[in-house]
Amino acid sequence: MFKKKECVAMLLAGGQGSRLYALTQNVAKPAVPFGGKYRIIDFPLSNCTNSGIDTVGVLTQYQPLVLNDYIGNGLPWDLDRTYGGVKILPPYQGKDSADWYKGTANAIYQNMKFIEQYDADYVLILSGDHIYKMDYAKMLKFHKKNNADCTIAVIDVPIEEASRFGIMSVNEDDSIFKFSEKPKNPDSTLASMGIYIFNKQKLFDYLTEDAKDPESANDFGKNIIPNMLSAKERMFAYRFEGYWKDVGTLSSLWEANMDLLGEEPIFSLSDEKWRIFTRHGALAPQYIGEGAKVKNSIISEGCKIYGTVENSILFGGVTVMPGSVVRDSVVLGGTYIGAGSEVSYAILDTEVYVGAGVKLGAGKDAKQEVTVIGAQTKIADGQKIDAGTMIPDVR
Amino acid sequence: MKAAGLIFSNIHDRNISEMTAKRTMASLPFGGRYRLIDFPLSNMVNSGITKVGIITHNNYRSLIDHIGTGKDWDLARRNGGIMLLPPFITAFDSPVANKLYTTRLEALMGVMEYITHCTEELIVLSDSDVVCNMDLRAVIEQHEETSADVTVVVREKEFGNDVKIGANTIVVSDEEGNISEFVENTALAQGKCDVSMNILVINKLFLVSLVNNSIAHGFKGFYGQALPFCHSGAVYKTYRYNGYCAEIEDLSKYFCANMQMLDEEIRDELFGNKDRPILTKVRNMAPTQYGKNAKVSNSLIADGCKIDGTVENSVLFRGVVVKKGTVVRNSILLQNTWTGENVSLNCVISDKNVFIRDGITLFGHESMPFYITKGKMI
Repeated sequence: MFKKKECVAMLLAGGQGSRLYALTQNVAKPAVPFGGKYRIIDFPLSNCTNSGIDTVGVLTQYQPLVLNDYIGNGLPWDLDRTYGGVKILPPYQGKDSADWYKGTANAIYQNMKFIEQYDADYVLILSGDHIYKMDYAKMLKFHKKNNADCTIAVIDVPIEEASRFGIMSVNEDDSIFKFSEKPKNPDSTLASMGIYIFNKQKLFDYLTEDAKDPESANDFGKNIIPNMLSAKERMFAYRFEGYWKDVGTLSSLWEANMDLLGEEPIFSLSDEKWRIFTRHGALAPQYIGEGAKVKNSIISEGCKIYGTVENSILFGGVTVMPGSVVRDSVVLGGTYIGAGSEVSYAILDTEVYVGAGVKLGAGKDAKQEVTVIGAQTKIADGQKIDAGTMIPDVR
Repeated sequence: MKAAGLIFSNIHDRNISEMTAKRTMASLPFGGRYRLIDFPLSNMVNSGITKVGIITHNNYRSLIDHIGTGKDWDLARRNGGIMLLPPFITAFDSPVANKLYTTRLEALMGVMEYITHCTEELIVLSDSDVVCNMDLRAVIEQHEETSADVTVVVREKEFGNDVKIGANTIVVSDEEGNISEFVENTALAQGKCDVSMNILVINKLFLVSLVNNSIAHGFKGFYGQALPFCHSGAVYKTYRYNGYCAEIEDLSKYFCANMQMLDEEIRDELFGNKDRPILTKVRNMAPTQYGKNAKVSNSLIADGCKIDGTVENSVLFRGVVVKKGTVVRNSILLQNTWTGENVSLNCVISDKNVFIRDGITLFGHESMPFYITKGKMI
């Protein structure tokens, strides 16, 4: 029964996502809700399942309660396996030392034993920051074909955006000769997606070496990858084509949600061949009342809609009362929008209570930032919330 | 827990033979995302019952598919949990004599092994043709307080000309709820009578002796023979249920009951109770997508639909597609019904995986909904 696992995935899920501010006060970034019923971490987890990778270590650190609860035994992703499956790996107290995960590389370093117990040949490093559908099996095949030590997934980005990413410069055979983190003058448009496949032994060697260096930031992008490059290891860039979105900022999170709308959405969640799995309960079907107007929107179970909803994403159990209008917004689970209220270009976190006659945010053409209301915030009747306002979670 | 549950999945299949040709009554889809068994099953689970047997007869593939491991009802247990009890035929002569059971009593005989092995003191019996959200704890509590052997849950029903004869058992009882008689022939009934909801709490040992007695005497009827025979010296009580209840007696009742889900009060009573949620199999479908031409009002819609047409007063199950220009009124569209452009539907029940081509018009009537069989292409 205890057969070897060829490839073990390690999912870095300890990030705070501080730029998501109000949405990550109480949850780690990978647990931030997305697309009407999902959370960001559903994407790498579903990708693993769909790629045939059944052993995933999830490294948690920042606000892990929701994430732990959410992943549970891994059943929704078919990762509740007798051998392997999904395992939560929090920082722990060792025999000689105890420490928080100091960096991405250090987190993996501290969990080398986890990888070892499956006798893995390859280690897939993932992060919980992106929305995308990707077949990791194809990347692994590419890695093996090139007899590489490390393969980094890259995506072609517009040159004007390239300085926001880690940029790879490659030879004709896509082997990497230069890596520059957020270069001012990028000489390539191949951006690292933060997805790596390593040969296990090579990875362990570099991690161990890196751990000895007190000056090191213990980070893949800053230390491990440059060190491997300067030692002339075989490193390749795996080109990914398709939708890939970093949802690290409030506006990019909003945009990614909007990408789901339309007859032929830029990014579709209803692809039967590449399903995105998620944990959710059994809420009653949504009810669209008389007098309701719903257009170009995504609405989830348990919602009650009596008002107008346009170009919006509504999560489970949202109530939109008569006469109210929700436009260009992302409304998270259990939020209530009172009668005659107007919500435009906003992200409302879970269980927000918007009273009657509230005016929240302005049209998205107003060149304002998206308005964000933290979880369980109560907005009294008749209040006006200016566009671009951010009210953090008060808990 | 001191009670175990036992659900009859097939008993009322004939009520709605159109839709049960390829499924059990228990697995009949209802209310946008549920199946009928979700109601008795959730009622049991919400009352703390952690061991449930489901008695099946035939056509139970869809039921097995729906129940799975029982995980969605938290009944995937090492101790107890859910168990499907398919027909049990021994190779040798038995009371059921190598044929499938035909009555409730024979069904119970077939699962005696399961009943006798229960360590629980009480057995809660339930059929799967009744839609309700009932607190069975209260029934069990009353059962214990009154030291009853059998407690029958009853509700008031008005008997007139439109009531199907033989669909109900009238339970006659005094003010204290002591049962004096079960009347199975309801042909002469007039006015308000208490009828059994076929939800019963029975002391396990009493049930065992009742079934054994019935085997010995060759009884066939549960209310007509077995219960009256064992009545002397035993305490039979009624428990009065006043909440919402829909009985699926035939296709038009099925249609009406689904339409009642559009009533906010009824919906809140059935699904709005946070302590007693109706649980069902959870599938992973994307949320429902509304297009630019969507016009939806007074409708109950499950996840995974794609709507770009008009939907009014209707119940849409998972994965229904309503294309541009299509008008769906007063209809129940089961899972994965696909309608093309400019289709017009009124009072239609379409079963699973029905495909309706562009421009087709189909009208039924409330009393006679137009039913389209599973997988049909029109």
